[in-house]
Amino acid sequence: MKKIMFVLFLSLIGFASQAQEKKSKNAKKDVEVRGNCEMCKKRIEKAAYTVPGVKSAEWHQDDQTLHLILNEEKTNDLEVQKAIAKVGHDTEKVRAADEDYEKLHTCCSYDRN
Amino acid sequence: MKKHISIFLLLFLSFNAFAQDTLQAVKVEAKSKSIRKSYKSVTNTAVMTSKELLKAACCNLAESFETNPSIDVNFSDALTGTKQIKMLGLTSPYLMITEENIPSVRGASQAYGLSFTPGTWIESIQITKGAGSVVNGYESISGQINTELIKPASDIPFFLNAYGSTDSRFELNTHFNKKISDKWSSSLFVHGNTRVSKNDMNHDHFLDNPLGKQINVLNRWQYTNAEKGWVSFINFRYMKDEKQTGELEFDKDRDKGTTNYWGSEINTEKFDVSTKLGYVFPDMPFQSIGFQNSLNMHKQDSYFGLNQYDITQKSYYSNLIFNSIIDNTMNKFATGLNFTYDDYNEYVKVPNIAGNYDRIDTSVGAFFEYTYDNTTNFSLVAGGRVDKHNRLGLFATPRLHIRYNPWDKAVLRASVGRGKRSANIFAENQQLFASSRVFDILNQSGRIYGLDAEIAWNYGVSFMQGFLLFDKSADIGFDFYRTDFQNQAIVDLYAGPQQALFYNGKSYANSLQVEFNYELAKHFNLRTAYKYYDIQTEYLSGNIERPLQAKHRFFTNLAYETHIVEGGKQWKFDFTYNWMGKQRLPNTASNPAMERLGDYSPAFSLMNAQITRTFSSVFEMYAGVENLGNYKQDKAILGSHDPFGPHFDTSIIYAPVFGQMFYAGLRFKIK
Repeated sequence: MKKIMFVLFLSLIGFASQAQEKKSKNAKKDVEVRGNCEMCKKRIEKAAYTVPGVKSAEWHQDDQTLHLILNEEKTNDLEVQKAIAKVGHDTEKVRAADEDYEKLHTCCSYDRN
Repeated sequence: MKKHISIFLLLFLSFNAFAQDTLQAVKVEAKSKSIRKSYKSVTNTAVMTSKELLKAACCNLAESFETNPSIDVNFSDALTGTKQIKMLGLTSPYLMITEENIPSVRGASQAYGLSFTPGTWIESIQITKGAGSVVNGYESISGQINTELIKPASDIPFFLNAYGSTDSRFELNTHFNKKISDKWSSSLFVHGNTRVSKNDMNHDHFLDNPLGKQINVLNRWQYTNAEKGWVSFINFRYMKDEKQTGELEFDKDRDKGTTNYWGSEINTEKFDVSTKLGYVFPDMPFQSIGFQNSLNMHKQDSYFGLNQYDITQKSYYSNLIFNSIIDNTMNKFATGLNFTYDDYNEYVKVPNIAGNYDRIDTSVGAFFEYTYDNTTNFSLVAGGRVDKHNRLGLFATPRLHIRYNPWDKAVLRASVGRGKRSANIFAENQQLFASSRVFDILNQSGRIYGLDAEIAWNYGVSFMQGFLLFDKSADIGFDFYRTDFQNQAIVDLYAGPQQALFYNGKSYANSLQVEFNYELAKHFNLRTAYKYYDIQTEYLSGNIERPLQAKHRFFTNLAYETHIVEGGKQWKFDFTYNWMGKQRLPNTASNPAMERLGDYSPAFSLMNAQITRTFSSVFEMYAGVENLGNYKQDKAILGSHDPFGPHFDTSIIYAPVFGQMFYAGLRFKIK
């Protein structure tokens, strides 16, 4: 009896943890992305869209935040940050390589510290 | 050493602090434009905001386009004073006119429908050139005009507008609004207008403008639940309009139906209920469902001398739309189903035609529209719909709009689209009833009054470029559109002055518009446009240009406003100048010399001006003049001395009938 209870208990935990890890198809993520002007907005959003699984990407200059809706089964916000860093914009977790930052238009040269 | 380092550090810090100071937030205050044209929208759409609607006398929707270069405003007849609008040279039946995306002016309300929406109810108007979106319907041929009314959730508690003019027209608008809870809000708009005295400025014994009165009431309810994603609108609307026109001595109780004096009455009553239900999926803002329903009852009883025209239209419209994305928001789509039901009871009594033209029209359709936007410089909208109509058959309507930004501040657009519609020949040509013309429908085999459906293709291309001229912003644009009618319900006024023939045929309309807008100085804006029209129809007598259409038109508008000083005080000045080239006139060659107009009308210019004084943010007064140059058409009514004789015709109007008109009004708000 005790064994059955134990097994049941384990499977319950197993199910619970499964529920915890369940991936959302429309996960909302807000990521800090540094940028300066209108041109940056297009570049950041376009870079985000190249990542399959990104459904919506909106960058606002005033709060320097990229509002994402992505399908967690296909991708995660780290992948999106890597794609954005590749085109020259620093993000929360990924810093752009210096050569990529240099390639930006002068109006886009945001502050890096 | 330590001292050096600490001094160096201090300097470094102070430099940084200095740098911080100079990086002050720069507040850019852009003056909101009254006509907004986007470089990003796919369709060639201009948005007229409520600011633009305040620039002209503008009592109702039909009069809201005086300061807009893309729409030509004309008078349709000498008696009712109804302004008719044209876009790309084509009259309003070829435009899809919607109110909050529900088709509104159509069928029985085609002739006077635009005058049944008071100007103060309007929040904004979107004017689109080229075939409209398939989401709204299949009837749009030359363009779409969508009116957005003021929404209860964003309205102010009270608004009052009083207006009076020297042609004895008085109007009163009152708006009430209440936020009932954090989700429900409601508005009540009450409009009344009247014209009380008889005017005959050109001494032809006929009233220049009709006597009349109108009451118009709208009650709107809005439900907004942002967390759950629901938005809903419910509208109730009632309108009663009475117009009387004709000879000065006409007495409707004594002379109706007789040949004592010629008179006309047009009485309209309208009742509408419409609902819109929208649901936005909470975690997916790009996905939504919309459900629109509208029930209308429109009744017009009218007579024009001994001619009679009564029409009652009961309609039901329903549209279910699903919006979502494919992969990401660069690829959006809208799809759905549409159902329309129209029940017409029509009685016509004119020379040669007397009888009922009752009919029921039903149509069911499905549509799909795909939008691609690469977020940089290119987007397109491709749509198609398939409809099954009991009179038009089974047909497809494809539409395509493309936009490309080649370089900074430039936009290139192209569009192609097909439209199909049934021409309500009597409702759309009511000005011909006020004449002695004999009506004749030459085709008898078609399903719409004996005629076939109107089918047209519209193609267009447009380009706009913004630039700086002497450090001030300017833009230049041009657009060219061609509408090819594979079949049109042609109204032939060339056969003879006593005839109005209706038959199927082909025609085309080419229109070219060149526009230049310039900010001459701060708060001082110039708008100019030149328009060229080439409209030819295959009449029985040959390929002739359409009558009452100028080949060349020139428009310019100057707007100046002073700085808003403390307390909200401001002056606004507006001046509009229109030059109209000669217009081809219908055939009057066989009339006696007195009742003969030439082949062409003269060219002429018209000027309007308005001054507005804003005393505070809640009170303003305005005064203005229409037709400042007092230009009147020489012979507005043919056969005016013998209205029951064979030469009577009030439909050949190419210029204003009433001369100078001064008006004044006030607007008061409680915020």
